[in-house]
Amino acid sequence: MIKFSRTISIRLLLALSLCLTLFSATAADTVPYLQIGVFSNKTAAKDVVRQLEKQGFDVYQQKVDMVGRPAIVVLVGPYERSSQARYDQNRLREKGWPAAIKRYPELPKPKPSTFRASVSGLISAEVRSFPDDALYSSEQHDTTASLVLQPEFYMSWNDRKSSLTFVPFVRGGDEDDERNHADVRELLYINAMGDWELRLGVGKVFWGVTESLHIVDVINQVDLVENLDGEDKLGQPMVNLSWFTDWGTWDVFALPLFRERTFPGEKGRLRGPLVIDTEQDALYESEDKDENVDWAIRWSHYIGDWDIGLSHFSGTNREPEFVPGLNSLGQPVLVPRYNLIDQTGLTVQAILADWLLKLEATSTKEKEERYTEAIAGFEYTRVGLFGSAIDLGFLVEYLYDERDELATSVFEDDVMVGLRWVFNDMQSTEILMGAIYDLDGTATSSSIEASRRLGQSWKLALEYRGSHDVEPTELGYALRNDNYVQMEIGYYF
Amino acid sequence: MLNMQCKTIHLGLLLSVLLAPITVLAQSAEERGLEIAKEADRRGEGFDDFRADMQMILRNRQGDESRREIRVLGLEVKNDGDKGLSIFDEPADVKGTAMLTYSHKTEPDDQWLYLPALKRVKRIASRNKSGPYMGSEFAYEDLGSQEIEKYTYKYIRDENYDGMDCFVIERDPVDKYSGYKRQLVWIDKQEYRPMKIEFYDRKNALLKTLTNMGYKKYLENHWRPDVMFMENHQTGKTTRIVWSNYRFRTGLSDDDFQVNDLKRAR
Repeated sequence: MIKFSRTISIRLLLALSLCLTLFSATAADTVPYLQIGVFSNKTAAKDVVRQLEKQGFDVYQQKVDMVGRPAIVVLVGPYERSSQARYDQNRLREKGWPAAIKRYPELPKPKPSTFRASVSGLISAEVRSFPDDALYSSEQHDTTASLVLQPEFYMSWNDRKSSLTFVPFVRGGDEDDERNHADVRELLYINAMGDWELRLGVGKVFWGVTESLHIVDVINQVDLVENLDGEDKLGQPMVNLSWFTDWGTWDVFALPLFRERTFPGEKGRLRGPLVIDTEQDALYESEDKDENVDWAIRWSHYIGDWDIGLSHFSGTNREPEFVPGLNSLGQPVLVPRYNLIDQTGLTVQAILADWLLKLEATSTKEKEERYTEAIAGFEYTRVGLFGSAIDLGFLVEYLYDERDELATSVFEDDVMVGLRWVFNDMQSTEILMGAIYDLDGTATSSSIEASRRLGQSWKLALEYRGSHDVEPTELGYALRNDNYVQMEIGYYF
Repeated sequence: MLNMQCKTIHLGLLLSVLLAPITVLAQSAEERGLEIAKEADRRGEGFDDFRADMQMILRNRQGDESRREIRVLGLEVKNDGDKGLSIFDEPADVKGTAMLTYSHKTEPDDQWLYLPALKRVKRIASRNKSGPYMGSEFAYEDLGSQEIEKYTYKYIRDENYDGMDCFVIERDPVDKYSGYKRQLVWIDKQEYRPMKIEFYDRKNALLKTLTNMGYKKYLENHWRPDVMFMENHQTGKTTRIVWSNYRFRTGLSDDDFQVNDLKRAR
């Protein structure tokens, strides 16, 4: 009954609206629309609009005055020509929406709302096992399990030109208390204005091109307790202004707060005989300590098949040296000391058919001394191996550090060889195997990383990391019993 | 005198009437094929830009399914291949991954991939066009911008397909890195839409069949299928692409297809 009377009222309004449209048709600049109906009921109109939009039509609502009562006209269009309107009229009729072609002055196009918001993220469980006995303390664990929660809250508006992202991170349950930690990976406001882009908040920046190490990436501190590979980073507070020009992209960074590197604790593995104490204040060369404002600038450009980036960083080094000290219990520990550096970095990547050529190099001035680090290499990919869908990549990189055996990193004259299997299957199976050989000694370190999606939302990852034949004089000797295997299962939402 | 003139005119008419069908006959299968391809291309021009949502349903021989959801933005480029931006929403572990492609008529395409977990923009060697797109049965080259120059053509025959009068043309990829030796395309005579494509591998064995279904007209004369169904005859795997929310002339410009935008594509 109610439905019936509503139909009548719609009909009546439709008839009335005819007069209205006839009148408006005399106006000079009119374009054809398809008039679905005139509604006195706001929710009914809204419902119709929603249904039509769902079917892919451009729908407009217009408030009209219907004999002294407010009403809403629902229109589809506009169309350039009546013939186009007639085409959609047929489509609408087929879908059960009879509509009349009416001419209206072109309505100001309401921009479709581009506001997007999403909550996504990752929960993952990890088991890490060290087959060899710990060397330094009976409290050091052999097997540990932990949970990670990393949600992502995101919203964007203004057609993705403005956005706000918040990514907290927390790990818990690990035997090593230092590994149980929380971080703000990202809390970033982005605003793009034409050729300019502003990033404000906490974020992460990636500049590198090589696979073995990323020496040019100097903006973010390494979250070392997460993984030795240095690819996990702590969120860095920053103001970043980018300028896009025809001759490359310019980035300027102001980095107001320094983040200390994370290190395994007393009960943790992957550490030396002395624990690196992060409980006490770290030592700094800068008088402002961790409040020294660091600066960075980068120019990057691609010319044909070549990508090039040139950067300069002035501020506190993300990589510390260590000085002996005592912890609160009076036990000997190492205390990280962060020096001021000026570092110029270069990245080059070229695509030559199936070959990717890569170079990362840095020149660093630290404590009145200048030294060079470089990684150069290639990745050659065999696409569709033996007629299958599998891609096989061969990676070779040479790692150089001028400081030689004094180098703070383990690699100073080494060669990495790697194999990357990409199965291109439904589960996105991938395997990356790598080994780094010390050319001056006997040490080898190797890693295998494999991952595969399970179903739609789960991912299984396996990892092995280890070193062999490390000489006692080498930095890596302290970790000789810390080879491990790890299994991680993650749920993505 | 008058009579003579009449005769000459007659002869000319006669000649032209006789010659006309000959010139049509003289058109080679290659020329006819190219002509059909050109007409199909011409009819596809002028959409300026589009946005659409793409759902891919991958299914293997055992019936296991996997779903991908991708937002696609495209920009028509005059005198070159189109530009495309794909943003992945599903599976969740690759959410936020974005791919930017500048396709070219004859040169290899330029392609960049953004990996959100690392915040890394990675340039991709685009020669792997024959590789699977997101693990599906569609290769990159199947989904890329279809430029006239990317193939040579040959008209094969007329055939009725699914109740429609169709041209069947063969097109051979020019690029030696293509995964195909040849493709057979069924194009309907009415609207010049590809209804079906058979893909033959490098050994000239039938590899895959693509069937386009549920064509809808957008703008004045732009037909897009709702469903693209690819079946791999050699592995038994299938991929169904379901398109939705097609919108054309949404005001996208070159600025929306910059490498720098990948980081905030989302």
